Amino acid sequence: MRAFMRAGAGPMSTGFKSSGKGVSVKLDAGEVSLLVSLVSQVLDLVEPGATGDDPLERALGIGSPEAPSDPVLARLFPAAYADDDKAAGEFRRYTEATLRDGKRADATTLLETVEPGKVQLTAEQALAWLRAINDVRLALGIRLEVTEEVHEEIAGMSEDDPRYPAFVTYDWLTYLQDTLVRALW
Amino acid sequence: MGSTAPAEVERPSTDVRPDLPWLTIVWNDPVNLMSYVTYVFQAVFGYPREKAEKLMMDVHHKGRAVVASGAREEMERDVQILHSYGLWATVQRDS
Repeated sequence: MRAFMRAGAGPMSTGFKSSGKGVSVKLDAGEVSLLVSLVSQVLDLVEPGATGDDPLERALGIGSPEAPSDPVLARLFPAAYADDDKAAGEFRRYTEATLRDGKRADATTLLETVEPGKVQLTAEQALAWLRAINDVRLALGIRLEVTEEVHEEIAGMSEDDPRYPAFVTYDWLTYLQDTLVRALW
Repeated sequence: MGSTAPAEVERPSTDVRPDLPWLTIVWNDPVNLMSYVTYVFQAVFGYPREKAEKLMMDVHHKGRAVVASGAREEMERDVQILHSYGLWATVQRDS
């Protein structure tokens, strides 16, 4: 997962606010660019993957029972049975395509509605943003191997550390997601 | 002729499996926000905030929590929805 490298940390937006039946947020051009880049990467990542060899099954959205080997994909499409590989495989075959379509729809909603300045979202769009931002955090979190102590890790990190921009990005997304949850609550 | 045998106790057949419900389990992970997990439990299951928060804290402190129980198909549907929110959830038989 690549992180958008921007020089210096600008002022953070104040995050999401409750607004009518939906939410609103103010983002600067840099933040929009960052979100677009990250969400687009997730969209590319969850492109339709390996499906069954049967063309009819493929057309019906029935896929492979195999868990993805990429750790990010494995986390975005986790096994539904921890102790029964056969049941997990069956569940995956019949549901993964739908899950993937949902994630693509959420990412697309965000990409279609994000812009610099004030963005007003309906409740439904807000939920799409919430899930899309969470997918980005999951992808980034897996790649960076974040732990629950990630905040402390960033505090102790030097700005010269090549990992620093990616971790700061992750931290910003965490803040953004938290404000969105609170605006929806 | 009167019976002197004690009344027979009806024993369940050992072939019959107990009809245990299935469970939806949510597992802890280092990425998901506590506020977000609480919100998802409210949104998906309709739980009041206190219950959602308690379940979230169970996930956080104990590593996992049972968030629902019922028929297998219902649990699979729950897991599908939870996965769409990026939570790590599994179905298992109650024991």
